[in-house]
Amino acid sequence: MAAEAPPPSTERHKLPTPEEFTEVQESAEFGELRRSYRSFAFPLTVAFIAWYLLYVLLSNYAGDFMGAKLFGNINVAFVFGVLQFVTTFLIAWWYSRHAAVKLDPKAEAIKTRMEGGA
Amino acid sequence: MSPAITHVTLAANEASEHRGLIITLFALFVLATLGITVWAGRQTKDAADFYAGGRQFSAFQNGLAVSGDYMSAASFLGIAGAIALFGYDGFLYSIGFLVAWLVALLLVAEPLRNSGRYTMGDVLAYRMRQRPVRTAAGTSTIVVSIFYLLAQMAGAGVLVSLLLGITSDAGKILIVALVGVLMIVYVSIGGMKGTTWVQMVKAVLLIGGTLLITFLVLLKFDFNISDLLGKAADNSGAGAAFLEPGLQYGADGTTKLDFISLGIALVLGTAGLPHILIRFYTVPNAKAARKSVNWAIGIIGGFYLMTIALGFGAAALISRDEIIASNPSGNTAAPLLALHLGGVDSTWGAILLATISAVAFATILAVVAGLTLASSSSFAHDIYANVIRKGKATEKEEMRAARWATVFIGVVSIALGALARDLNVAGLVALAFAVAASANLPTILYSLFWKRFTTQGALWSIYGGLIVAVGLVLFSPVVSGDPKAMFPDVDFAWFPLKNPGIISIPFGFLMGWLGTVLSKEEPDAKKYAELEVRSLTGTGAH
Repeated sequence: MAAEAPPPSTERHKLPTPEEFTEVQESAEFGELRRSYRSFAFPLTVAFIAWYLLYVLLSNYAGDFMGAKLFGNINVAFVFGVLQFVTTFLIAWWYSRHAAVKLDPKAEAIKTRMEGGA
Repeated sequence: MSPAITHVTLAANEASEHRGLIITLFALFVLATLGITVWAGRQTKDAADFYAGGRQFSAFQNGLAVSGDYMSAASFLGIAGAIALFGYDGFLYSIGFLVAWLVALLLVAEPLRNSGRYTMGDVLAYRMRQRPVRTAAGTSTIVVSIFYLLAQMAGAGVLVSLLLGITSDAGKILIVALVGVLMIVYVSIGGMKGTTWVQMVKAVLLIGGTLLITFLVLLKFDFNISDLLGKAADNSGAGAAFLEPGLQYGADGTTKLDFISLGIALVLGTAGLPHILIRFYTVPNAKAARKSVNWAIGIIGGFYLMTIALGFGAAALISRDEIIASNPSGNTAAPLLALHLGGVDSTWGAILLATISAVAFATILAVVAGLTLASSSSFAHDIYANVIRKGKATEKEEMRAARWATVFIGVVSIALGALARDLNVAGLVALAFAVAASANLPTILYSLFWKRFTTQGALWSIYGGLIVAVGLVLFSPVVSGDPKAMFPDVDFAWFPLKNPGIISIPFGFLMGWLGTVLSKEEPDAKKYAELEVRSLTGTGAH
């Protein structure tokens, strides 16, 4: 009934049954994958949004601090802005490494087994 | 006043002298992309080709295309203008537009690729009652895209009046209509495959053009950024305040609140933009989707760093009066900067102006194509195939519906494009971000991560966020009661902020929660098990 269910002709692998999905969802292996993903991605999301909001709020309400010159015409606000770029690059790299090392192998194992018809 | 005016007329005159060159560059881009479109159109056979480009693009190709889709006229013309006029406050756009990608990377891109097929609605409706949720998802996709289109059309009108000296309304509308017709052709013939290639070409052109301008600006200041900032501050007339936050938003409590509102909308909007989300379907799997976001973050981050040189360079090298006289919101600062870098009375100046304007034009065309594809896909796949035809439409019928939707959306955006000429393009896009963050993001996150989420929650969240966001914009100074508003002569604005995000985004999240806890139906546990396992493992993804 669901429109997402692919027509059998275009599906290369066998699609698991709803019971199999429920079984896997409740399995310890999947629980571990979910925990490994969520315990990394959720706190990190909260952290970078807080760090970004800090920048927004300081811009608004700490003008003197942000306007303080560090060297030449470069002030705290400018450095703070560029730091947001740096942290964005770092977080993207960090998450991708976590995903490649911790998440991909687990996800791959479950997928192979389910599509193989275990 | 008059010197500035003469200067701008000069720019236009000079451009007119080299009109042949400008038109040649425009025509070259249009011809090349039309060629790509026709070629891609021949290879577009089934729905997966039309909607998702056959899912065979590499992570790098898609990263480039995502960048092309994302770096719109708002980024190029709007941010440069906002920095040139308001200094540091304009820089918030660059930062917010980039940081926002982390939300897409960490929470949305991979699960979406794993569990959807063609549209955002695929994921939202996964475990819900199909028809109401797809109707809602289709509606919000189309509304967000039209807001975004409005900004691109405004950018096109502005460019042309600068370049060809066309100031008459008829002339501008003609150009907007030309853009509209081109986008209809791109999308209806080339589908996702054609659009993706157009995005890639455009991204390379935009990065190339921006690198060139950045290099020339830095060369003028011996690569000393401090000197560049100092000159910009002096030349702006605002002094050191130009380099500090607050010039645009620091006036009082209301404007400060507007700054926060804008900041929130920027960071939460990206992961709810339909034309960005559907790009993740063009790669073979979730891993490739992750890699393409990483490429995009690198490319887009590099580009936004260069907006510092663009914006502050314009402030340092061009008089404020000249920028404002050319366009009250600063939208023409980047092309003007190109003219000044080459030399106002020289052929080089004209060539640079023509090149940068052609790049900006390419930018607009490509983004417009991406937006049109997103909204016509959603109409055809979510509303036509699954709601109107109840899932019984053939692929051929679905694709035909998408092509007709393209024509319809093209015509609507041509009609609306004429209204928004004098608004800052970046500000307009920020509205699209606010609507996306209010109507789409809450439902996407709840659907993927909250077991209890129900159909009623999804509907309340999408419609609640959508209505409040759009409603607040309607009664804001963007639409009326301000000299730069769409309707400057009337005043029905009672909402003081230009960006509704600070109210509408929490409201969208709240409604999703409230709709769920108040709903009588039980969530479909089996469907959630399926969605969760698929979204995290890629099982059954195609």
